Amino acid sequence: MASIAHELAKKQKEISVSEFFEKNKHILGFDSLTRALITAVKESVDNSLDACEDAGILPDVLVRIDKESNNEYRVTVEDNGPGIVKKQVPNVFGRLLYGSRFHTRAQRRGQQGIGVSAVVMYGQITTGKPAKIKSKISDEDVAYECELVMDTKKNRAQAVRDDFVIWEKEHGTRFEVNLKGKYVQGKQSTFEYLKGVAIVNPHARITFTPPDGKAMVFERSTEEMPPPTREVKPHPEGVELGELLNMAKYTEAKKMTSFLNTEFSRISLRVAREILDKAEISYDQRPSRLNLDQAGGIIDAVKEVKIMSPETDCLSPIGEGLIRKSLKNVLGEARASFYAPPITREPKVFGGNPFVVEVGIVYGGQLSREDPVQIFRFANRVPLMYQQGACATTQGIENVDWRRYGLEQRGGKGIPYGPAIILVHVASTKIPFTSESKEAIANVPEIREEIELALKACARKLKTHLNKAEKKSKTRVKFEIVQEIIPMIAQKSAKIVGKPVPDIAGTITKIMNVVWVEDEVVHDKKRHHVSVKLYNYTPKTQKMHIHMILPYDKVDEKSLSLEPAEVRDGSKVTWNIKKIAPTDIFELAFDLKGVDKDEYDDNEVFVSGIDPASIIGADVLPGDWDLEHITITENGGAAGEASDNGEIDYDEGAEVIGDEE
Amino acid sequence: MKNEERHLKAVDRLTELAGDIYRQIDDRQIPKMSIPLRTKSNIRFDRRSGVWKYGRATGVRSAKKLTGAQMLLRTMYMLEFMEEMIRTNKSSTLREMYYISEGWEKAKFSAQDESNMLAEDLEIITTCMREDFKLRPEEDGARVIGDITIQETDRKGKRKKINCRDDVGDSGYGIPYNVEAEKIGFIDCDADFAVAIETGGMFDRLVENRFDEEYNAVLVHLKGQPARSTRRFIKRLNEEMKLPICVFVDGDPWSFRIHASLAYGAIKTAHLSEYLATPTAEYIGITASDILNYDLPTDKLNDRDIQALNAEKTDPRFSDQFWKHEIDLMLDIGKKAEQQALAKYGLDFATDTYLPEKLKELGIMK
Repeated sequence: MASIAHELAKKQKEISVSEFFEKNKHILGFDSLTRALITAVKESVDNSLDACEDAGILPDVLVRIDKESNNEYRVTVEDNGPGIVKKQVPNVFGRLLYGSRFHTRAQRRGQQGIGVSAVVMYGQITTGKPAKIKSKISDEDVAYECELVMDTKKNRAQAVRDDFVIWEKEHGTRFEVNLKGKYVQGKQSTFEYLKGVAIVNPHARITFTPPDGKAMVFERSTEEMPPPTREVKPHPEGVELGELLNMAKYTEAKKMTSFLNTEFSRISLRVAREILDKAEISYDQRPSRLNLDQAGGIIDAVKEVKIMSPETDCLSPIGEGLIRKSLKNVLGEARASFYAPPITREPKVFGGNPFVVEVGIVYGGQLSREDPVQIFRFANRVPLMYQQGACATTQGIENVDWRRYGLEQRGGKGIPYGPAIILVHVASTKIPFTSESKEAIANVPEIREEIELALKACARKLKTHLNKAEKKSKTRVKFEIVQEIIPMIAQKSAKIVGKPVPDIAGTITKIMNVVWVEDEVVHDKKRHHVSVKLYNYTPKTQKMHIHMILPYDKVDEKSLSLEPAEVRDGSKVTWNIKKIAPTDIFELAFDLKGVDKDEYDDNEVFVSGIDPASIIGADVLPGDWDLEHITITENGGAAGEASDNGEIDYDEGAEVIGDEE
Repeated sequence: MKNEERHLKAVDRLTELAGDIYRQIDDRQIPKMSIPLRTKSNIRFDRRSGVWKYGRATGVRSAKKLTGAQMLLRTMYMLEFMEEMIRTNKSSTLREMYYISEGWEKAKFSAQDESNMLAEDLEIITTCMREDFKLRPEEDGARVIGDITIQETDRKGKRKKINCRDDVGDSGYGIPYNVEAEKIGFIDCDADFAVAIETGGMFDRLVENRFDEEYNAVLVHLKGQPARSTRRFIKRLNEEMKLPICVFVDGDPWSFRIHASLAYGAIKTAHLSEYLATPTAEYIGITASDILNYDLPTDKLNDRDIQALNAEKTDPRFSDQFWKHEIDLMLDIGKKAEQQALAKYGLDFATDTYLPEKLKELGIMK
């Protein structure tokens, strides 16, 4: 993509920009009236979020769409960013391909400077009206306001009717543009787009006022800014020929060795010399004299020389904790029953570009059971709305056999069905899109593999949850019998015969014949109260080990009902339960302090040192005692089943009795 | 006094039942209760009484399963409630009993069928009748018209003589839910036989056409599947007044079952067959043969009808030649007919032609 932009830059003098624009409407995202409106919102919101983050400000973005006439709309986007100095306003909003980020390698929303200026131009072409900009920087007392008229021949914008005005805002920018468009609701709509933005930007507050005037707010779910993304120099493995030649032309380095050393990442002087030796280029050659053959030689040499992988700490994934929190925040109305702990994979590299994949799954509640799952795709914190089928994320989802993880899928391929939302986020210094419209991530093998691994890891957590829920519901029936019905039968029969209430312990252990584990976590007054109850419903005294995964440094020592026997890696905690008499209940309880409410909302409880068949409500400790690789242990359904002695169940006879119709 | 004894016996039996459950829990067992299976495969013909009763097969209601546990708890609540009624000399209808269970939390019934069934279970286990538990059905308004004089003891304790033809309106004498001797006595009867009729429409046709006077008959309206009191009333007519009983119903599998429960004993209440069923009752139609012989207007058998007919083929009560033939024939022609289909030949056809022909065939009418 970068190379196409370069081509474009080169040709800029030859064709007028508006001509180019007209020809390339589809790649710029203005091919339909519906999409034009979303693109306008998208480009301006991207700009606002980037501006706020660069300045370390928690974004507060207002988006408003007003209907002006039949298919003319006014889009207004206002942020609390640092503002833009007067001189730069025409450049930022009015020049195609302007902006520093085009040349940098950092995880950014818009990786191409074509962004918001295209919106200005589209607005002008379709309505003949100029865009309005108001901006204030915190150093100034007043805001600068102007209208922008594009000179499409010169690729330049002119500020007209500009003035300084009073604006109560401390700093920020307001962008207003009239354009031809169509406001719709549904899957591909401005609302869905902003919802997506809110999910992957948990630090942003977004207020949206659609044409009907009913404003809605996506509140931020964290006050924490994402760590600033660092710019990194290109890694030699990802460099293309034209790019290399261009860099050589403009570098300030005087020799080839220092050029390679200073303009690229991971090239030491020693490595630079090794590359130049292989390419048979003199160390002291002036970079500006680099010819096509030599450049090709360097690219070939790079493949042979051992070079360290690119730095990966320049990426800013959303993070497991925040994805979950944000999904809960934005999707609250779906009342999903389960938010699978999201997966953020370790950063990996493709073609010299670091990238990281994140996956989250939301399940149950009011999500539709009959329809295909919803897929939320994101690239560098930007929702992808179109070309779902062409995207590597979708292909990754289609390739996973979801039947193994509790979703329906015909033949184990394709988009699964069920009450779920699957979120996939790919962050990279350079997202490989399938086309200029930046709507689908290209099927790069390294990225695809990471997507599939992340999906499977997250899906395993979903499956564990579903297994647990199923087991619980089966057990709940027996629990109801022994906890509620048997005591009542004992009490009533005693009353009728006029004797003391009999001891029901023997009856209960005969019915259950199992140790039942019931765990619970309640958040109250900034503490998590954790309780694990062990009901010994067997006729024997039982002992066992209980294992839990939790942030042990956050446990309030005073609240511990039993000292753990072992704490490993600060999170793998083991207790020895020495003795639980028949029908006794043992409660293991403690509080967690200073943990975010959503960070700990489900206990992970395992047992060992007891016959797995006589445990219900907890999984047997996995062999490796490792969170990422918890295997799903399938317990036989034999637990607690008393033998039938060939008796006929009076209440479950299939035969219909009676002579009535 | 006799009544009092029955209630006392009921209390004893109910207490025994609770004691059995109590003992099992005290013995560290899973409480359970054995009950004769109320299925068609567990009814046996009793030669002595000529009716069908439950056999020896039993099922177990155990607290091991949720339904069983729930039913046992309901049983305990019901026992408590019945003992209470007997002690305080109150009674309740089956429907009231169902509503009483609203306050039983875990033991609450979800439909009246469930509470009715459990009351029957208790009858079977204790060998008492639900009246002994102070439970009674709702009035179901089955009617009688004919020259028979009964003496009813009304709610004030006053005895009234009622002739079921001369002392009643056109809707006839209403059969009360209690038709035992302390409530109803048969004084006099000039009739030659009784006809039990399934539908109100046909009952009214016979009344309007004065079939009862002309042929000296007692007409009893069954109102679909007859209530216990209706069946008991018919049995007493048959035993005490020596009236031959004939059953005149629609020609479909459900009407066959109406006859079976009246004449042979119902599967659901086979523990009471000896008390409710009239083994000498004759089926006069509509039969599948009638459909052909009289060329009656018909409806096609639906899937449920066919299912019911096939079920009857393995029902021991229908295992004689007559029923085998009729059931197969009905399946064969795939048709059923209502009693009132006889109106095809005019309003008087049933009373002037069909019934006399049928009754003569059976030797009831000379």
